[in-house]
Amino acid sequence: MNERKQHIMKFLDSGMRFDSRKTDEYRSIVVDESPNKNAEGFARVKIGETDVMVGVKLAIDKPYPDKPNEGTMMVGAELSPLASPEFESGPPGNEAVELARVVDRGIRESNSIDQKKLCIEEGEKCWLVFVDIAPLNDDGNLFDAAALAAAVALKNARFPKVEDGKVNYKELTEKKLPLSKLPVSVTVHKLGNHLLVDPTPEEEEAADARLTVAVIDGKLCAMQKGGEEAITTEETEKMVDLAIRKSKELLKYI
Amino acid sequence: MGKLLVNDKQVVVPGEIIAEGMDFIPTAGTYRDKEQVIASKLGLVNIDGRLIKLIPLTGKYMPKKGDTVIGKVIDITLNGWRLDINSAYSAMLILKDATSQFIARGADLTRYFSFGDCLVATIINVTSQNLVDLTMKGPGLRKLPEGRIITVSPSKVPRIIGKQGSMVSMIKDATGCRITVGQNGVIWLQGEPRSEMVAVETIRKIEAEAHIQGLTERIQKYLEKKKESKENGLQEKA
Amino acid sequence: MVYKKRLDGRKFDETRKIEAKTGVIPRADGSAMFRIGQTLAYAAVYGPRELHPKFLQDPAKGVLRCKYNMMPFSGAGDRVRPGTSRRSKEISMVTEKALLPSVELEDFPNAVVDVFIELPQTDSGTRCAGICAASMALADAGIVMKDLVSAVAVGKVDDKVLVDMTYDEESYDGEVADIPVAMMPRTEQITLLQMDGEITKEGLMEALELAKKALKKIYEVQKNAIKQKYELK
Repeated sequence: MNERKQHIMKFLDSGMRFDSRKTDEYRSIVVDESPNKNAEGFARVKIGETDVMVGVKLAIDKPYPDKPNEGTMMVGAELSPLASPEFESGPPGNEAVELARVVDRGIRESNSIDQKKLCIEEGEKCWLVFVDIAPLNDDGNLFDAAALAAAVALKNARFPKVEDGKVNYKELTEKKLPLSKLPVSVTVHKLGNHLLVDPTPEEEEAADARLTVAVIDGKLCAMQKGGEEAITTEETEKMVDLAIRKSKELLKYI
Repeated sequence: MGKLLVNDKQVVVPGEIIAEGMDFIPTAGTYRDKEQVIASKLGLVNIDGRLIKLIPLTGKYMPKKGDTVIGKVIDITLNGWRLDINSAYSAMLILKDATSQFIARGADLTRYFSFGDCLVATIINVTSQNLVDLTMKGPGLRKLPEGRIITVSPSKVPRIIGKQGSMVSMIKDATGCRITVGQNGVIWLQGEPRSEMVAVETIRKIEAEAHIQGLTERIQKYLEKKKESKENGLQEKA
Repeated sequence: MVYKKRLDGRKFDETRKIEAKTGVIPRADGSAMFRIGQTLAYAAVYGPRELHPKFLQDPAKGVLRCKYNMMPFSGAGDRVRPGTSRRSKEISMVTEKALLPSVELEDFPNAVVDVFIELPQTDSGTRCAGICAASMALADAGIVMKDLVSAVAVGKVDDKVLVDMTYDEESYDGEVADIPVAMMPRTEQITLLQMDGEITKEGLMEALELAKKALKKIYEVQKNAIKQKYELK
């Protein structure tokens, strides 16, 4: 273990983190719901200095052949090198793909969007929901910031007008997406014996493993483990408990 | 006869005209275009008689021979270690400059310094192509033990160190922390968690307010206040 | 045809509302936000830093590298497919050429100054907004520069020369010319000049005079935004 990590652990043993937070404390969370003129749904979330924008675009397309009476959703993430010296130009790498898929999983598996209500004409036309994640500044914990922004963006998204079967993006209707409750995502990081939420980049790098948990109504709907080390069953239970507890706090931001 | 268009200690942006007239002499951070002396960086104007200089407010560290810096090992080659010194260029520490011990060729160099290790080293040479050479042979040069690393803008380092180390000594005394400040804006700290927090906050405060008058007194008051609230906190607990 | 009154009621020499701020992306070495009307651009500067791969390095001086990108939800109609398009490649290149005359990179051989521009929302004038943001971000990063670069799109709609067209004006049913211009304000040297549409030489010169006036105002906004970070709170 290198000297930097040793020091982080020493602080954690005293119950403190480098920025004086407790292990189960989030940095300040700011949700900006000011609309984006061109997106059908939009939200910008700041957790500490981590700054993520999520935009929702709606389009009409053909449904999947195996689900002819349902709409579709696609979640994408672009880690622009604007947001961090660690990001590189080019097509989405593993990190971007994982971010998109983890956020996708939370929304999809919670059945928040009633896909059947997105059907326009069975087998022929349905609504396609694009959710695009664009971080502006990565100061750790992109997973939770992106998931929260995605939930808020979906919540305030509105259908554009459809004229003669074509979408008129210039005019939005008052109609919102067919949504039931949205999930809350909490990522727990394990450092030695300590579990923490909302890591800084330093803490993310020092972490042994992480577990992202999407919670809806106190139940789990999606999970993703990351990191190089293994976790025990007991640790998993503790991480899930922590995630469920913190999810209640995050719920008020949606 | 010349004419000054801005005041001493005013903030200027690149392209801003500082003075008009051939009497003025543009030095660091400024240039002359016909009659005008113009800023070439974001900085504070410093007027000393006829000399006009710019004190940069921001910008990467420029490696200088003789500077003592803190670097992180990012690569190990046959010849030594490559370090990230928070600059536009990485720096090289070759075997013979690393230690007075004899290191055999082909030895496992990670036994001495490994990836991610933070080292205090001195710059012995900077070539015209900005290749930087380091040495670890010298007083105080060492691998840093357990502690926290923060980076500040290199332009703020002189204020953080203070005249003959007065500012950093004040912070060390008030917080009981060990602090090493690299000329390249990399700072290492080690202390009891709560005190270390105060030291970091103080350094951040200096970084934010370095260009505003009366810094030393403000920092003194700040440290006293922090000490008081710590003592009060302990009293309340007791 | 006669273009009597602008679609949004502005005067012909009036830009849309402008907002600018620096230091908006803490992880970058320098950053800025520039907003004109509904067009919003963020720019981040990283560098000078080592340039990889080695074959891109210039042993004589540092290299400036610009990348312009529109976020998928930024466009007025369909979603913008992520990734580079011919258009974004071209804009990246002209942005680089617009900023290059303003920077001095002789002290940084083999290094690179990377400029990334992202637009979360677009309504015409995007390359100019990007250049304005990028120039501020370069200054914010402490890069050695001769001057800032200010940019705005001027143009013509039917018989009127005007400043800062919106998307609706660009698509107006009449004779339209769209002329993005970038300039180093102190010397009024032009670093970007493009044109789409139809215009006479006289019309062009008239448009450029309009551009100079508007750019002076934009420069003041950029300058104050850069300094504001260092003002006494």
